[in-house]
Parts: sequence; structure tokens; C-alpha cells
Amino acid sequence: MREGHAKLMFFNQQTSQPIWRVEVGFKPGVVDALGESVKKSIVEDLRIDVDSVKTVDVYTIKAALDEVRVKRVATELLTDPITQISSYDGTLAKDFSKVIEVGYKPGVTDNVGRTTVEGIEDLLNIKFKEDESVHTSRLYLINGQVGEGDAKRISTGLLANPITEYYLILDERSWFARKRDDEKYFMATGEREPIVTEVDLNVDNEELMRISTEGVLSLNLEEMQKIRSYFKDPKILEERKRVGLGDKPTDVELEMLAQTWSEHCKHKIFNALIDYEENGKKEKIDSLFNSYIKKATEDVDKDWLVSVFDDNAGVIGFNEDYNLVFKVETHNHPSALDPYGGALTGIVGVNRDPMGTGLGANLIFNTDIFCFGPPDFPYEKLPQKVLHPKRIFKGVRKGVEHGGNKMGIPTINGAIVFDEAYVYNPLVYCGTGGMMPKEILGRESHVKMVEPGDLIVMVGGKIGKDGIHGATFSSVKLEETTSPTAVQIGAPIVQKKMMDALLEARDRGLYNAITDNGAGGLSSSVGEMSEFCGGCVVDLEKVPTKYPGLDPWELWVSESQERMTLAVPLDDIDEFMKVCEKWDVEATVIGEFRSSEKIDVKYENKTVLYLNMDFVHRGLSQLKLRASWKRREFKSPDFSQPADLLPDLKNILSSLNVCSKEWVIRQYDHEVQGASVVKPLVGKVNDGPSDAAVIKPLPDKGEGVVVSNGINPKFGEIDTYWMAASVIDEAVRNCVAVGANPDHIAILDNFCWGNPILSEDNPDGDFKLAQLVRATQGCYYAAVGLGVPFISGKDSFHNEYQVEDKTISIPPTLLISAMGVIEDTKKAVTMDVKRKGNLVYILGLTGNELGGSHYLMTKNLVGNSVPKLNAEAAKKLYGSLHKAIMEGLVSSCHDCSEGGLGLAAAESSFAGGLGMELNLSNVPMEGSLRDDEILFSETNSRFIVTVLPEKKADFERMLKGNVFAQIGKVRADDDFKVIGKDGKLVIDANIYNLKEAWQRTLDW
Amino acid sequence: MNKPKVCVLLAAGINRDYDAVCAFERAGAQVERVHVNTLASCEKTLKEYQILMFPGGFSFGDDIASGKVLANKLKYKLLDQILEFISDGKLIFGVCNGFQVMVKLGLLPGFDGDYRSQLTTLTFNDSGKFEDRWVYLRVNPNSDCIFTREIDDLLYVPVCHGEGKFVVKNEETLNRICSNQQIVVQYVDAEGSFAGYPFNPNGSVNNIAGICDETGRVFGMMPHPEDFVRRTHYPRWTREDLPESGSGLKFFINAVEYARKNILPD
Repeated sequence: MREGHAKLMFFNQQTSQPIWRVEVGFKPGVVDALGESVKKSIVEDLRIDVDSVKTVDVYTIKAALDEVRVKRVATELLTDPITQISSYDGTLAKDFSKVIEVGYKPGVTDNVGRTTVEGIEDLLNIKFKEDESVHTSRLYLINGQVGEGDAKRISTGLLANPITEYYLILDERSWFARKRDDEKYFMATGEREPIVTEVDLNVDNEELMRISTEGVLSLNLEEMQKIRSYFKDPKILEERKRVGLGDKPTDVELEMLAQTWSEHCKHKIFNALIDYEENGKKEKIDSLFNSYIKKATEDVDKDWLVSVFDDNAGVIGFNEDYNLVFKVETHNHPSALDPYGGALTGIVGVNRDPMGTGLGANLIFNTDIFCFGPPDFPYEKLPQKVLHPKRIFKGVRKGVEHGGNKMGIPTINGAIVFDEAYVYNPLVYCGTGGMMPKEILGRESHVKMVEPGDLIVMVGGKIGKDGIHGATFSSVKLEETTSPTAVQIGAPIVQKKMMDALLEARDRGLYNAITDNGAGGLSSSVGEMSEFCGGCVVDLEKVPTKYPGLDPWELWVSESQERMTLAVPLDDIDEFMKVCEKWDVEATVIGEFRSSEKIDVKYENKTVLYLNMDFVHRGLSQLKLRASWKRREFKSPDFSQPADLLPDLKNILSSLNVCSKEWVIRQYDHEVQGASVVKPLVGKVNDGPSDAAVIKPLPDKGEGVVVSNGINPKFGEIDTYWMAASVIDEAVRNCVAVGANPDHIAILDNFCWGNPILSEDNPDGDFKLAQLVRATQGCYYAAVGLGVPFISGKDSFHNEYQVEDKTISIPPTLLISAMGVIEDTKKAVTMDVKRKGNLVYILGLTGNELGGSHYLMTKNLVGNSVPKLNAEAAKKLYGSLHKAIMEGLVSSCHDCSEGGLGLAAAESSFAGGLGMELNLSNVPMEGSLRDDEILFSETNSRFIVTVLPEKKADFERMLKGNVFAQIGKVRADDDFKVIGKDGKLVIDANIYNLKEAWQRTLDW
Repeated sequence: MNKPKVCVLLAAGINRDYDAVCAFERAGAQVERVHVNTLASCEKTLKEYQILMFPGGFSFGDDIASGKVLANKLKYKLLDQILEFISDGKLIFGVCNGFQVMVKLGLLPGFDGDYRSQLTTLTFNDSGKFEDRWVYLRVNPNSDCIFTREIDDLLYVPVCHGEGKFVVKNEETLNRICSNQQIVVQYVDAEGSFAGYPFNPNGSVNNIAGICDETGRVFGMMPHPEDFVRRTHYPRWTREDLPESGSGLKFFINAVEYARKNILPD
């Protein structure tokens, strides 16, 4: 045994508590799958040559255990006797060029460490004390010619994220010579007393703004002034005096106002009064939300709408007995900084929206849509501190995998958009759907009710400093220097057991209301619930914390994950606590709801916040903004039509946005809960791209839920009005393609934009706002025209990145998520062709609309002829097609979107394993189009459908009155042939070659 | 007719309990979801049940190793009850995470009635990835397994796991599992032949997807028969003619039938 490792036990100087270090590695000859995949990433992504990578897991145990017990922990709990070896009194690290140790920094959630404590407790029948814990880390033993610089690149570029993790690089000599310092893994237990600070707002405007900016309050001058005048009102001051507060706001009060009034919580831009100018025409728009989004829902007016816009998620009717709940959120900035943690927190965070809607829903599906920079983006072009797109992609994917799979929620739908514009500011949309009985013990499940006297109960995780200022942080643009306290790591298992416990409590009627702790933490959840009864009193010192030393304001606004806030009647509290105990879920009574019209927060019996409900919730004045729109002109395409269109078809098939995402999809569990009907991958060998997912959450009923999405930022570069209309149409036609009833589809909007507020620093803010105006107008047109109401939504502005003195904004990006109902899942249709000899139809009129198309994109052009929408024709077509599907007349149906008719036909063909022959002169078109225009225009509201020859007459009768035509047949062989207008072949291909082109791009 | 009672065991992170409940109910059983803490505190006992199901999921997040922490908990809080359950002639079925728990607890392979020694394990897939894909399984016609009786055709069911590679302690263990006919299901291709990745999705030794004990009453497997109990679960149901029930249902029907005939009091 060499020096420094005589015994891997180490005494903490202050407490004489032993710290043990247990290392676990694989036996020789056993495949180290993690090591292998790390090696692959080092070689392929970082282009550093290494010979081998081995991994060793390290458990640093700070607990009063003797050697005999530690040995048992090491061998019986931490080591798999078949594949692994371990050591508690020496190191397993040997024979390496470099070792890199990576672990979470103190205070960052260490899920494995936490579970290990429970395992040790079971094994030894002991209980860990408050200052005892387990920290986990991992050694990567790298062999090969790896220099110091390479090792650092491997650490920061792949293994560790310096925001949440530390890393340590040593060579063999320094590894054995190093001094043990295990205390560094653990959070220092500060002796500092929690403090409350008063903030003097009797200062000039400049100073007011300094207070807002430096405190990350993200409040503007008018808002700061509003707060200042509240604290000058003599009546207010008199009331404050009675509870022992002075004439200055406490930090607790200021923080709560900042959270509650944040863009994130109050959607100030969406509700602003806008002076809008378009081509010289001026108008005033009083709230985009009220004028276009909410108005669309009111005008569509469906009788199955149950609860829209006013809860954490939208609620619609499903069948006689059940409602559906759906919400999609964004988690962009955290994912840019820590892709894994950000995405994981994003997905488990949005889970809590349906869980916190009405009395709470059980969760039945996830959907995830990402916008990333291209994975082959040159490393040398990346600014400092910006993570490479491929790393963001892989990290986000893993976060969603862990969040979705471990929560046991199937990820059934998604999309990925790649564009250089997202290199600096990726977008991560996470959505979750739920289901709840319409009535629970005689109560309508979508209605929240809080009675004065109900106890305020916080359930789930403990509070730490993590996630402080998440709500206000999302209103700040990312900078090279951003140092985020806003990033955190979700714990899906903590949330899963909380959800299981809460569903049991719900069904037994043990609480009156529930909401989640997301942005703004307790200040938002308790604040919002107080609206139902008129006030509350909270004792903050009762809140369970991860470690001591948190100030009251931190307890009040922390966004620590996996927490819900409930209103529990006094009579039910004992039963409620028993349910939580059974599930090992922490639950704490932290106060009481009142009818006092005050939010009254105390810390150790001293009032630290005392605010009028009315001021907190309605004190904010309307924002006034300016917007002006001018159409942008792009270079018009001026090339002649290629004689052979196969190379173009293959280019589009291989392009990042179109290509197969099987690598991602297979790593998500889309089967769990046993409800799957149409999976994300379909066809002869389960590898074709499904238009939408269908699940049947009630095994004994016929109805199914259909989920799809639409997103297309390319169209938005030309005109956001038609982008919005197009993506709504895309989401809806995807749903209809698999069999959803077009009269029973609800949609969600998710706007991600740059900063649309005009200022000196943001000279084109008025244009970005105008793009938003046009997008919401397009939303109104399409939603009303197609008859699909919005039920909930989200807006995220400030998606920009500051590099030196340049601000880079993302392109306006609107995600539309659709949730529809299919009356009978047995009638669902997939996109793969089924039989030779089937007739191929195109439904819908093809226009000369190559603007923003993938065809032009592969030629580095944008164009101007963006696809428009004829909502009236589309609605009619969807109705007819749905009838045909329900009558069983449709063998396959695939929507035409990216890549147009050509792509849709090729995908249907190779997914079904049968060739196809098409004749372009039969395609119904607007005017006279070239072959490439017919094939690749991304005109909306079209489908490629195949029909059995014997059903031809019935099908055509059903479609009568719509534009459609038979354009070809399914072949018996593998050939994909397209005949141009002049009778010559423009595409002559083999379907397996086409499929190969489609699959190879992201075949990692 | 008397319905056998099934205990579907819950713990933090278990998430395929609902799938298992649906499958057993379809097969004619009376099913209860019971939390491990409810059994540990003796509020309920396993005595009431004829079938014990360890469902899939991520018990304790797969932290340390999949199934390990739950196996550890069962070992120190519930082992006597489980051993008694087996010696009473009852049935135990584990799928995915449940199978991982069973091998790590030592319930399988259970040589000579020793249900406490871990001789096999389930470790990381060779691909290094969690994967959700459908696989073909061949049932060993010589196995005594109760759950796979009268299944002659190839099965097609999903796997959804990251740690499903079946590994044995040594050659002797493997030989014994083979010669005892304790291999119940193996990964094959559509023609029924052994074929490597992706047909064997994880690199399991001898393509083993599931094993039983010497009695055939204690059985665990990685794939999910509970996720193929109706026609529309099948990934290609829109292009093939299929019976209304999925072939995975047979596992549950067999268990329920056996329990009705052999365990339930007349």
C-alpha cells in the first residue's frame, strides 16, 4: 500500500466523524459499458485518441461506522458479486495515464448518495444522523497518449459540468501521492444565523434600478416605483407597525413581489398595450393574449372545454367519465448551462403542472421538442462558456430519458429542429398530459377550493438554495459571464413516490386543493392558493431544509424541486400524513389559509412579510409597448429544375430536421403504462416516422388520446403570421392523419422569442414584437378556421445570448402541441404503405410554396413564397378524411410537411417495405408548377393516402367536394419511381437506399 | 368462481404496476397494489395472496445498481415472508426491474431451494444504452415454468431497459441453469434463431431473457409480456391479422389458472 492510501478512512477534524471511501469497479473481463461509451464519445465527439476508458464508482460515506460495518456496506450493498469488485481500504485505480474524478459539488442534489443512505439504513438497521451522508463520484481511468490539455478538454467537454460538478485530473504518480481531503465533498454546515434585511427604496430612479438589477429582481422602473409608493401609504404603514414591521420592505417582501410580478408568472408582454404599425397602418392592441389567443378559444367555443387558461394546465373532456389535462413548458436557459440537469428538471417540472391542476391528474404521456445547433458545428467557432450543440443534445436527451423513464411516463411524441440560430440559446420544450376522473367523491375534479382554516402543507423534497431566482432569471438574457444559481438537478424518484402518495390521498378525498411549487417556489404556490380564500399565515421556520443557514427570503422563493403545496382540512390532516408516511414522502404543515386579505409570513414568530393580497396580485400596471412590421425580402430562387431529382430527395432525407430520430426515440420508454396504440416508430420493421402517437389510457374503453406537434421556425423567418397558421395546421393534420376526430382537438401554444421590448440596447425590439403580433394573429386565424381551441400556453422571451457587445436572438419559434381524441382506437391508421397494388392518393391542393422549404434549405436559400393556409378547405378535408378513416377505407395516411409530397411518399413507401410509382401530372396544383415545386413545396393541409383498390369508389365518394387525386400505386418490388409532367422519370430509386439516406445522419 | 389474489408489490420508483394489474385482471385475478412498507410494517401480510408480482420500473431510481436497493430492503424486512410464500407452493413473477430484484435477492436461480444466494446478475446492456424495442422470444419447451405452459410459437414483446444483460457467476452456474431446464425464454430473431444485437438487445449470455427456479413457480424475465395483452399493443397491428388478445396475456392466464387449481382452497 502506497502512501496516502494506507486506509481510506479519514477523520473530520472538527467532529471526529469518520469518512470512508468505498470504490467499486468491474472485474477484469466484464464489459464496462459506461467506460466504452465514454471512450466512443471522446474519440468521436472530441476527436482525442484514447486506448481505453474504465470507470470506478466512489461512495464517500460520512457516518459513524466501524470497519466491520463498512466492509458489509461495501460488499453486500455497493458491489455486485457477479460483475464487480470493491475496496474500502485502498484504491482500485491502477494502470492508467490519467484519472479524472467527477462528482457533484457540495449542496447539489446527489440522488445516488441519497439512495445509498437508505440502503445502508436498511442493511445495518440504523438511522443516519442529520450531519451524516453519502457523496458519490466517479473515476474515469483513461489509457493512451493523453496530455494535460486533452484531459482538461475531456473533463469540461464531456464528463463534468463545472456549474454543478467538480473535476480532478491526476496522473498515476500524483494520484498515489495525493492527500485525502474528503471533507470537501460535503456541504459546510454554516453557523450563520438566518437574517432578514430591510431595503431602502427612498432613493433616486437610478438607484432603484440598481437594486432591481443587482438583486436579479428583473423589475422595471415603473414597477419599482409602484412598490416604493405602496410603502409610503400611511394606512399600510400603520398596519405594518402593528405587526412589528417598519416603512421599508423586507427582502422577503421584495423578493415575493419580484417573483409574482415576473414575466414568467404574469406574462406582462402578452398582456401589454401595444402600438402596432404595419405598412403605415396603425392600431392599438390591448393584450395579444386577450385579443387573439383567448379570443380564438371563445370563438371556437367547444362544449368539451372544461378549464382553460386559469389553472396550471388546460383541461378538456375525454369521455363520459374522464377529463384530459395537458401542459407544455420551456426550460431553455437552465438547459443551455446544464443540459442534463436542465432538461431533467424541465420534464419533472412540467409533470407537476397536470399534477397540480384541479385536484391533480395522473400522468399518462410526455412529449418533448428540442431546438439545437447542428451537432457538427465547428468547435473553434464556439464562444467561451457555450456548450457544443452535440453535448447539449446528448445531455438534454439523457435528462429527458431519466425524467420520463424513471417517472414511468411514456414519451410518445417529439421533434428536434436543428439550426445554427440555436447554438447559443437552445430550446427545450417539455410537455406532460394527464387524465382525471370528472368527479372524485362527488366533487368536480377540475375545481380548486380552499377554505379558511385549511392547513398549508408542503409535500415532497426539502428546500435548498438551488433554483433561487428561476422565475426572474428566465427574464435575463444569457451572457458569457452568466453564473447561474438557477440550475438544479431533479430527483424523479422523489417525485414519483410523491405522486403515488398524492393520488392515493386525492382518491380518498384528503385535501381540498393542490398546486405545484415551480417558478417562485412557495411565494407563488401559497400566494396563488390564498386567492381562493383571501389570505394566509405561514411559519417559514417549519419548512424542512436540505442544510441549515438559509435566509427566510430564500426559503420563500427557492425553486427546489419535487414539491407540491396543498390545502388540507384540519379533520383530514392525520390521515393525510399517514398516507405520506407509508410512501416515505415528507409532508409538513407550514401554516394556515385565512380570509384576512393579507399574506402574513413569519419566521420564528416574527413577521417578515406582510402584504395586501390585492397589491401582490393586482398591483401591477399594464406594460405599454411599440411594434412595427415590415415584410423581409429574401433572395428568390433562380435555378433551373434539375433533370434528376433523386439527389435532392436524398439530401432532404438526410438533412438533420428530416432524418430518422430512432437513436433518440428508442432510448425513451414509450410502452410503460401499457396504453400504446400507435407508437413513434411504425411500419414493416418498426422504423418509419409516425405522424402522431395514439394511446388508450382506459383499457376497457374504446377512446384514445392522440398527441402531435407542429414547429417550423424557417417559415417564421419569412412571415410569422403564416408560420403560426402553418404549425397549427401541421399539429392538427398530424393528429387527423392517425385518426383523431378533427372536432375534438385542443392545442397549446409555446412562444419562444428574442426580447421584444424596444430599447437602446435592443434596437429591433419593435420588429420582434411585431413578429409576435403577426404570429398571434395567425394563431387566431388558424385556430378559429380549423376549429381547434387553445387551452393553455407559455411564452418565453429573452431567448438571446450576449457575446461581447453583440446580442444574438433566436428566430421566432412557435411550438403548437395538439391533443386530440379518437373515438375508437381500433380504427387508428399508420403512415406505412400496407399492400402492393394499393392506390396512392394526394389529398389537398399543391401550391407554388417553396419558401422556407427543406428543398431550398439544402440549397442555402430561404425564398419568399411561404406556405399559406386555406383553413376553410382544410377543415372540410379533415372532416371527410376522418370519416373515411372511421369507415376503414384508408390503409395508410401520412401528412406532407418537411420535404413536401416527395418526402411523405418516400417515407410511406420505405416504412411499408414496398415501392411506389407516382405520376406528377395527376397532382392537383395551383397554376402550372415545375416537377421540383410539385414534389418539394411544403404546402399545408395535404396527405399521402393509400387505399385498397376495392375501396376506391367508397373512398372517393367520402372525399367528394375536396381537392384530391389518385397519383400512383404501391408497387410489388423495392422501386420508388416518380414520373414528371413530361412523362420522363425524375426519380428512380430503391427504397432501401432512400431509407439508408434517411437513417444514417443520426445513427450514433 | 373463486379468483386468485395477486399482490403487485409497490416501492419508490416502481412504475409498471398498472400494466401488471391490467394484465392480471384481464386474466381473471383479483389484484391489489401493496406497498413494501405496508408489508414491512405487518399491516398486511403475503399470506392473503397466491401470486406475488414484482413489477417493472426503477425502484430507487436504479441507484447503485438496478433492483439492488429494493432487494436489500426485502432481504432485511421481508425475506421470511417471501420464503414462506415459496414453500407454500405459491407463484412469484418478476418482470424487468422485478427480475433484477429477484436475481439480486437470490430468489433465482434458487438451486436446491437456496433462495438467498446471488449467483447471477443483470447488468448494463452492451450497447451502453436504455432501449425500448420489441424482441422475439423462444420458449424452452422442456422448462417446468408454470407461466409459459402451452406457449409453442415465438413470442414478440417489448423490452425497455438499460440493465438487462444476464450474466452468471461462473460456467458451473450456467451449466446448471441449462441442464436443469431453468432457462425459460431466450432472445431470437423472427426465424427463431440466435442472432446477436439488436435481436439480443443487451448481450445476455446464451441469449437468456428469463429463468425460473427448479420448481417452475418462481420466474423472472426482462421483456414485458404485460405490455402485449391486447391486439393494438403490437407495433404492426395496423398491417397484420391478429387475435384480439396479445400473446403476453398467456403468462398471466397460466399463473391464474395454476393458482386456481393448485393453490386456492377448494
